[in-house]
Amino acid sequence: MSLDMFIQQFFNAITLGSLYGLIAIGYTMVYGILRLINFAHGDILMLGAYFVFFGTTTFCLPWGLAVVVAILAASAAGILIDRIAYRPLREAPRISALISAIAVSFFIESLSVVLFTGLPRPVYQPDWLTTAFQVGSIRLLPLTLLVPVISFVLVMLLLWMVYHTKPGLAMRAISKDIETTRLLGVRVDRIIALTFGIGSALAAASGIMWALRYPQINPYMGIFPGFKAFIAAVLGGIGSIQGAMLGGLILGMLEIMTVAFLPSLSGFRDAFAFVVLLLVLFYKPTGIFGEHTEEKI
Amino acid sequence: MNSVLRNRVLNVLLIAALGLFLYWAEHNLDGYKIQILNLIAVNAILALSLNLIYGFTGMFSLGHAGFMAIGAYVSALCILSPDQKEMMWILEEVVWPVSVIQTPFWFSVLAGGALAALFGLLIALPVLRLGGDYLGIATLGFAEIIRVLIVNATPITNGSLGIKGIPMHSTLLVNYAWLLVTLYCLIRLLNSNVGNVFKAIRDDEIAAKVMGINVFGYKVLSFCIGAFFAGIGGALMGNLLTTIDPKMFTFLLTFNVLMIVVAGGLGSMTGSLLSSAIITVLLEWLRAVEEPFSFAGFDVPGIPGMRMVVFSLVLLCIILYRREGLMGMREITWNALFRFINRRRHA
Amino acid sequence: MTSPLLELTGVTMRFGGVVAVDDLSMHVPAGSVTGLIGPNGAGKTTVFNVITGFYTPQNGNVRFNGETITGRQPHLVCKAGIARTFQNIRLFGNETALQNVMIGCHVRQKSAWWMPVLCLPQAAREERAIEQKSLSLLKRLDLMIYAGEKASSLPYGAQRRLEIARALATDPTLLVLDEPAAGMNPQESQDLMRFIQHLREEFNLTILLIEHDMKVVMGVCDHIWVLEYGKLIADGNAQEIRNNPRVIEAYLGEDMSHA
Repeated sequence: MSLDMFIQQFFNAITLGSLYGLIAIGYTMVYGILRLINFAHGDILMLGAYFVFFGTTTFCLPWGLAVVVAILAASAAGILIDRIAYRPLREAPRISALISAIAVSFFIESLSVVLFTGLPRPVYQPDWLTTAFQVGSIRLLPLTLLVPVISFVLVMLLLWMVYHTKPGLAMRAISKDIETTRLLGVRVDRIIALTFGIGSALAAASGIMWALRYPQINPYMGIFPGFKAFIAAVLGGIGSIQGAMLGGLILGMLEIMTVAFLPSLSGFRDAFAFVVLLLVLFYKPTGIFGEHTEEKI
Repeated sequence: MNSVLRNRVLNVLLIAALGLFLYWAEHNLDGYKIQILNLIAVNAILALSLNLIYGFTGMFSLGHAGFMAIGAYVSALCILSPDQKEMMWILEEVVWPVSVIQTPFWFSVLAGGALAALFGLLIALPVLRLGGDYLGIATLGFAEIIRVLIVNATPITNGSLGIKGIPMHSTLLVNYAWLLVTLYCLIRLLNSNVGNVFKAIRDDEIAAKVMGINVFGYKVLSFCIGAFFAGIGGALMGNLLTTIDPKMFTFLLTFNVLMIVVAGGLGSMTGSLLSSAIITVLLEWLRAVEEPFSFAGFDVPGIPGMRMVVFSLVLLCIILYRREGLMGMREITWNALFRFINRRRHA
Repeated sequence: MTSPLLELTGVTMRFGGVVAVDDLSMHVPAGSVTGLIGPNGAGKTTVFNVITGFYTPQNGNVRFNGETITGRQPHLVCKAGIARTFQNIRLFGNETALQNVMIGCHVRQKSAWWMPVLCLPQAAREERAIEQKSLSLLKRLDLMIYAGEKASSLPYGAQRRLEIARALATDPTLLVLDEPAAGMNPQESQDLMRFIQHLREEFNLTILLIEHDMKVVMGVCDHIWVLEYGKLIADGNAQEIRNNPRVIEAYLGEDMSHA
């Protein structure tokens, strides 16, 4: 493979990886606080993409405004899911909440099939994002460069929020001990709602970027990115925001590069991530940045 | 008459009645109703096997579709004649020894179960060290890997084209016979002290270790037995549908089985049986929602996809409002039935 | 004094930077009732977890019945003959009292899992024998009326006794009790003392116990070991421990005078 090809693929990998990372943050934040795999997270991504689609077509909003509205709406959807399907199960065994999450995920997908139809839809792409330009012999889309930059900025904002603001402090406290935090007068349910809101907003943002890069949307588009992002979160160490981003980048790199270097394996592309998951769980279940906790006897 | 003897007699009578009913149904009901009865039996086998793993041993496994796929593929490959296979594999030549074997139906079903159990063992060794939700996601990953392998192993599985024209052997009597065998094995197992050990692991792993139980070993055992029966269920399902392809065995299939188990009650065999019947019928009945129909003179257009909306909503409601499902951990037994009748009579 | 049944030599257990047990050497003579006491956080339960195989110490050795059992898995430790109870009762809550005890019998069960499925007579015989043995254990621990009840629905005292019954079902030579008197009133702890004595005689046991209730410890233990911050600070019989200035200092604030 030529160097140019490599650089080209490298950029693709960074873009894909940072999208995985953004989605993974939602998983990692919710898991860090509630010990819940939010199965419906991938579907929020899909909703975000659809909201933009309907914003620009049905409601004739300008693209930029549609994006803002879609992110807000997806974030509201995330909070609503928590309120309806997870909050009543806070005291229940953990697996009950997980089953609830799986049911919600199927509900959103099948409802979307009913409302939006199962047909794939083409997505409007602003020209300034998708007109390729040439650097030497490498052709790049502005989008390819923009996605990692946006992701980086969002992660920095989030880290600042978690480590330097009061709600961020409350989040970290809840992830250590939810009961004590509640006793200390923190409105735990509000902070959890905030967490879902932020996570869902990030998922919607990545869903929108996803739709720009792979410009067809359908009700099932969130499933695989969702799984892979969760795996990225585990790889990075669940509960750690930096870890989620790093895990996403590693996974994206692995996926793109393996297919680029070993095209014969491209049929197995969707299985790579799961193999990575099993390896991580087997050798280092706490991931790269994860903390080790032991059950008290 | 003592109660053990009474219960045995009643069991024999019940099985005889079931046999007569099935014989009657086979000859008098239309094909669609027979198909539903068949599906109930297959779903019951699948639900019982998942209940053993999750409801009785407490391992949250989402890998059922994978075991079913293995069972269905292995049995289909065993049962098809070499000529059929040569005709059907158009993408790539069918590989030896798949190209030459042909076995009787019962053997092919057992082979499906056995290979599923073997895969279960391979999977169990790395993942059963994990607990709770991590186990769920890891088994889900394994099921997905199995599916991708099936798509890509074209010389063995005919790849994404799938397998068509599997000769149908599973009549009502055959399917229910397999269900009875499954039920018998699991009841014997769960009522023995090993069954108590499984339940102990579900309730408290640490205490189980202190009681001298090789927790990991018994988890592997329960997982493999569950995988075995899931493989049998998959084999019967493939035979029932006569067509299988990799797209069938997605997470949705696992979700269906999980739904039946949760609705019936985690840790209740009879609950799983009841809810297999109810949910299978409900699912078929819901097909009506997707077809256009007229109601009080109005033409209501069918809504494609509505079935899954209702279905997932039902599971959501169960988990939110009645987490123990239909039966909780209770069982319907003859003794319980007689107690209930006596209480009614004296009241 | 007979040869020690259980012997710890130089056991050190660290969690990250925290030293929970520091170079501990102690022994439990066969046939004795031995106490392990110390203020909260002294590392007593950690010692129990080392003995029963939940933790592998960084240094040191645990010998039981002449065999080294350091780092052996918990279920194998049980098989070797050590049974324990927990500070916060850990019964199999969804199972009946009888099933709980039968689960305890499993470690000595010989028939394999597939034998009952095939209805082999020897398996059926063994299952019946286990049920009989479990019922007689329930009877001896005064739990007969609860045999068919769900363990989680039993009253507190009965749950404690059931945990002991379950431990006895494994045919142990050493019974390790983690705060058996926790949550009991004075009358109940009195009964418990008599009960422990009786256990030792009837089942020919050696007993090692952690306890906060000084009356119980002083009343039943032949020999007492005292831990503070993971270090052994004293050992001896009740009289010696009561008069040991180091022990009094360690317990300052806790009322020793009434013991």
